[in-house]
Amino acid sequence: MLSIKNLHVSVEDTEILKGVNLEVKPGEIHAIMGPNGSGKSTFANVLAGREEYEVTDGEVTYLGQDLLDMAPEERAREGVFLAFQYPVEIPGVSTSHFMKTALNAIREHRGEEQLDAMQFLKLAREKMQLIEMDEKFLHRSVNDGFSGGEKKRNEIFQMAVLEPKLAILDETDSGLDIDALRIVANGVNKLRSSDNAFIVVTHYQRLLNYIVPDYVHVLVDGRIVESGDKNLALRLEEQGYDWVKDNDAVTA
Amino acid sequence: MSTENDTVKTPQKSDYDDKFGSAEQQETIEKLTQSDYKWGFTTDIETEVAPKGLNEDTIRFISAKKKEPEFLLEWRLKAFRYWQKMQEPHWPNVNYPPIDYQDAYYYAAPKPKKELKSMDEVDPQLRETFEKLGIPLDEQKRLAGVAVDAVMDSVSVATTFKKELAKHGIIFCSFSDAVQNHPDLIEKYLGSVVPYTDNFFAALNSAVFSDGSFCYIPKGVRCPMELSTYFRINAANTGQFERTLIVAEEGAYVSYLEGCTAPMRDENQLHAAVVEIIAHKDAEVKYSTVQNWYPGDKNGVGGIYNFVTKRGICLEENAKISWTQVETGSAITWKYPSVILKGDNSIGEFYSVALTNNYQQADTGTKMIHLGKNTRSTIISKGISAGKSQNSYRGLVRVSKNADNARNFSQCDSLLIGDKCGAHTFPYLEISNTTAKVEHEATTSKIGEDQIFYLNQRGIDTEDAIGMIVNGYCKEVFMELPMEFAVEARNLLAISLEGSVG
Repeated sequence: MLSIKNLHVSVEDTEILKGVNLEVKPGEIHAIMGPNGSGKSTFANVLAGREEYEVTDGEVTYLGQDLLDMAPEERAREGVFLAFQYPVEIPGVSTSHFMKTALNAIREHRGEEQLDAMQFLKLAREKMQLIEMDEKFLHRSVNDGFSGGEKKRNEIFQMAVLEPKLAILDETDSGLDIDALRIVANGVNKLRSSDNAFIVVTHYQRLLNYIVPDYVHVLVDGRIVESGDKNLALRLEEQGYDWVKDNDAVTA
Repeated sequence: MSTENDTVKTPQKSDYDDKFGSAEQQETIEKLTQSDYKWGFTTDIETEVAPKGLNEDTIRFISAKKKEPEFLLEWRLKAFRYWQKMQEPHWPNVNYPPIDYQDAYYYAAPKPKKELKSMDEVDPQLRETFEKLGIPLDEQKRLAGVAVDAVMDSVSVATTFKKELAKHGIIFCSFSDAVQNHPDLIEKYLGSVVPYTDNFFAALNSAVFSDGSFCYIPKGVRCPMELSTYFRINAANTGQFERTLIVAEEGAYVSYLEGCTAPMRDENQLHAAVVEIIAHKDAEVKYSTVQNWYPGDKNGVGGIYNFVTKRGICLEENAKISWTQVETGSAITWKYPSVILKGDNSIGEFYSVALTNNYQQADTGTKMIHLGKNTRSTIISKGISAGKSQNSYRGLVRVSKNADNARNFSQCDSLLIGDKCGAHTFPYLEISNTTAKVEHEATTSKIGEDQIFYLNQRGIDTEDAIGMIVNGYCKEVFMELPMEFAVEARNLLAISLEGSVG
């Protein structure tokens, strides 16, 4: 599904990613862990197509297409979803209007029929239940006045509505209390299928107790220095990141 | 230049979200954003024009042409003599080359081939123009609950639903008709809110005004439909001087809609209208405008000068006047819809969205003049600047000595798109009563790359993303608009923002 080869990325002439390799197949969950400043968020954002990040070398193939050649909205329409670490507020635009527009843009791209207001509302209500959010959030402006936890849950709600093929969760667990964490993880698990894949970017192991990854990769200084199964996350939790920092880059 | 016209009307639905969210509307927006200024066509109907230039003979010609009573000719002449002594003002934050008032025609009327008894008899070519404009002068409109008084150039061509309105004693007709049929009302109210001495352009309008609309709601009557007028400048090089007069008697209510489009022109055209509103005891007048005059091309060539005087007076207690405007057109917009709060407990409101793109300039706002006790006013202004445009809010809140317990709340927000445009705020407060409570909030923000990326990441393209963000920003104002106008306003914003991205 996703094949990343030797990815180099710079922000304002500073190289952040220094040759990342990763293969993701449908049905898999990959966790990307690493200390602060290792390039985790850059990695998530560059896959979504954020402009400030300049790809200087390497290639990314997504479903047989050159992902780096696609505009952010094209990537989204092809099924790439980023759950933002810091979701943006959009005053005056209701969550339901926003999501209906987004879903219909994606459906149009797929050659599917547009949903009308009633059809959308029915769908949205179901998805709201999935992540135990009150329906009133549908009518509130996007993330406007939401608490940190509500914003993160709203990201998972959006993911549930758009049903992406490749979902990238950028530190979705940060700022969540344990109950919210469980709800978010539960939502992700319900969306999991043999057709879609998740890349879960996180600093802490705790989320991975609920979303069990197939692979764990450790990103240090712009390179994946260690890959393994879920036990790797546990070891990192116990021993910290120091022991992997001196490893050479590995091919995941 | 396109000659097609798809109307921007969409079916009415109940909930707010639908108003802005349906797929049809999105489609319409998409269609419209892909076109040039859509209303830029001209019709060649033989016009009967007054000789070029402005002197007392021109005014006598206009007045005679319109078979006006003596008092009106005298009033016009007084206005003209006063205007001759005035200097064109230059205090607003706009720039334009000097206007040669002698190098223009002041009267142009489509020649009627015969007396018109029904719509069927209207010149087919003219009807075609209305079709292009998307003005449905037919039963559909009736179902939508809107009566239309269409103004082509300077003379009203057709008025619909007069009979239905007449049942309620409501008068809604062209200004010329009102002069013929209700001269007493005209004589009583004309110039009572905006005297010809008020300002340079009001004086000019008073001297040469061609036509416009008149609306009278009798005591205790709630107008059963929204009244709508479409204005259109057509003949080349003809100054357009509309005159609108709305009178709401005790306990009356009316919602009045004004919308306009104009054909594409290379030379600048002056539009100096005057609107006067009189609200008696317990009366309410809601006046909504969607203004889309030709703004000039991307390089700032051409476009309308829109120098308008709009003012209402809450004459007696508990009266309410509410202005809502969405200004996206014109090369230069210069206007301040105002309310004089004379009656105790009266209310004035001003809700405005002013969008400028390319080289457009806007200096707009309001004046709330508190004279009566317990008078209240609200000002919500949303300015949006894109391209190389300049957008200024200018507002006055005056609380006079006797206006005990007057209240005002003002909120003036500016949104910048790109880094070559400007936003300016000029609030003026003149408070002469210590019991007054006046609040003013102002913000300036830039449309965020983060917001655009967020919407992109959900599959929404950049143009739609900006449209969505800007519409969200304007929501408070759009909520004040009648449903149909809100849809149109949303469409207009999308069109006007075309090319502002990147």
